[in-house]
Amino acid sequence: MKAYLSDRMGAALLMAPLLLFLGAAYAWPFFGVVNWSFTLPEPGLGQYGTLLSDPLVQSVFVRTLRIAAIVTIVSVAAAYAITLVWVRGTPAQRVIAEFCILVPFWISVLTRAFGWVALLSNRGLFNTWLQAIGFISEPLTLVRNEFGVIVGMTHFLIPFAVFPLASSMRSLDDRVLLAARGLGSSRMRTFWSVFVPMTRSGIIGSALIVFVFSLGFFVTPAILGGGRSVMVAELIYLRIFQSPDWGLGAAISVVLVLFVGTLMALLFRYVRPKQLI
Amino acid sequence: MQQPGRAAEIKAIGIGKSFGSFRALDDLTLDIGRGEFLTLLGPSGSGKTTFLMILAGFVQPTDGRLYSDGVDITERPAEQRAAGMVFQGYALFPHMSVEANIAFPLKVRKKSAAEIKRRVSEMVERVGLKGHEKKLPSQLSGGQQQRVALARALVFEPGVLLLDEPFSALDKGLRGQMQAEMKRLHQETGTTFVFVTHDQSEALALSSRVAIFNHGKLLQVGAPDEVYDRPANRFVAEFLGEINMLPLKGVRNADNGATGLCEDRTITLRGNASAVGSNAILAIRPEYMSIAPEATAGENGIAATAVASTYLGAATRLDLTTRQGAKVTVSVPNEVAASALSKGNSVWLTWPAEKGFLLPDGGQ
Repeated sequence: MKAYLSDRMGAALLMAPLLLFLGAAYAWPFFGVVNWSFTLPEPGLGQYGTLLSDPLVQSVFVRTLRIAAIVTIVSVAAAYAITLVWVRGTPAQRVIAEFCILVPFWISVLTRAFGWVALLSNRGLFNTWLQAIGFISEPLTLVRNEFGVIVGMTHFLIPFAVFPLASSMRSLDDRVLLAARGLGSSRMRTFWSVFVPMTRSGIIGSALIVFVFSLGFFVTPAILGGGRSVMVAELIYLRIFQSPDWGLGAAISVVLVLFVGTLMALLFRYVRPKQLI
Repeated sequence: MQQPGRAAEIKAIGIGKSFGSFRALDDLTLDIGRGEFLTLLGPSGSGKTTFLMILAGFVQPTDGRLYSDGVDITERPAEQRAAGMVFQGYALFPHMSVEANIAFPLKVRKKSAAEIKRRVSEMVERVGLKGHEKKLPSQLSGGQQQRVALARALVFEPGVLLLDEPFSALDKGLRGQMQAEMKRLHQETGTTFVFVTHDQSEALALSSRVAIFNHGKLLQVGAPDEVYDRPANRFVAEFLGEINMLPLKGVRNADNGATGLCEDRTITLRGNASAVGSNAILAIRPEYMSIAPEATAGENGIAATAVASTYLGAATRLDLTTRQGAKVTVSVPNEVAASALSKGNSVWLTWPAEKGFLLPDGGQ
């Protein structure tokens, strides 16, 4: 019993610096933000009323949810394919897949966003090529709109979607797949009615991670959206730094944090944390 | 393997499998009869499981051909062979209910909903899982999971049922129960069963024939009493149960058997024993040996000293040493053991002439 207590003390001591840091750097300022949302410019629920009635704020929320949903579907689907190769491919395929998953982590999000601008802009590589082979006559608008934002965000988030999927695919018992085939199921059928359902927790975990990340995305939408496809994080930035309206910015922040918090609670309810690594 | 409802007849000719430089299975030729219960027995790494996987179509043999009802199925993929298979650890679909697990092979075969319903409920009844239809595998006990695995593998009436050490995870009591269950299912379905195990008593108890493997080679195939009483070599003799081995000299063929000298006593063998050289090993199972106070003329026997006894309940196991130092184990009635030990430990070992057999000296 004594050892148990001192173990718990030891654990608490080891975790203390992190908790203190998170408290000082996140929790405390966040309470400040909550405070602003109820007091600026005057005390009351006025800012939350604006939030519910202002069509601009609402359209930004709707767009954010729409982009996050599309990015989630595309990222998880793409990550599923990559993870399949990474976990179940031949040794050579695994190395290539691992490279594709890890390399993006070494390049800053800013660099990647500008990279996409270079590729997708009117005089970028894609449009130049497509025009050169005569596929199109006028450049396609690929950036400074939702499409560009989705491409950039998906590219950034795929690696994050891979890990929960990999964990669920690794823990899957191969004999179950053999059993399905032995019982007469084609490879295709085995994949859809056995493999995919058995990786369900990975899919849920992966989708929630990508969705939560997408909701608060700032840099990529700001660059690739070019101010025309504003998402929630950018709207908060605009309210705080450009049209000093701290109260509204704070209220939007609070709503966003509550929404993300709810999703995280769901995530940990359905997926054990160790499955995410 | 392709006609449902009818037991398959399988013929393996010269089957071999190499994994890199490792020869997992070598030149295996074996006929599996229609409706037979064949057990593949051997230690781990003996090639028995590899052969089962080749039968299922999960492993492609490096050499040889495989025929089912006269049709070459060597290259046929597993899903088209559709042998019923029960895996070690059951391999049930964890996300499907008992019912859905059993229905899976029928759904894959696009049977009508009504037929699926009928056959699944029949099968559920047959394996005694009524009332558990809606449960998930994780909500079942090991024995129940085993039943689901059997039901799922039999519901589509495969020509052959392949079982890979299905009872290894069960405790002893349940194991016996499941063995009886499987024997009953074999009789009821009439399907060809191919069963892999490393447990010799299980093999002898269940099968119509036993195939014994070691180091990738098939050593002997035969009915349980045949392989037990007339093992082809020392490995088979030892693997199937305890065996006493005594050196035999001056061996020569005699009338319907052989004779030789064991510890200066003339020993006769009757039946399939034939001399393979002038020196051989005389092998006798412990339960065929008995002890007597003194020698009887014309009967096989040697002198020995009892050194230890182990009470086993139904019988006593006696460990003895012969005059020339060979160690022998005998299983005798409890009172016989007691009197043998009380008489200064010196006894006479005897056995019927037809229960001894010869193994080549020294080698395998």
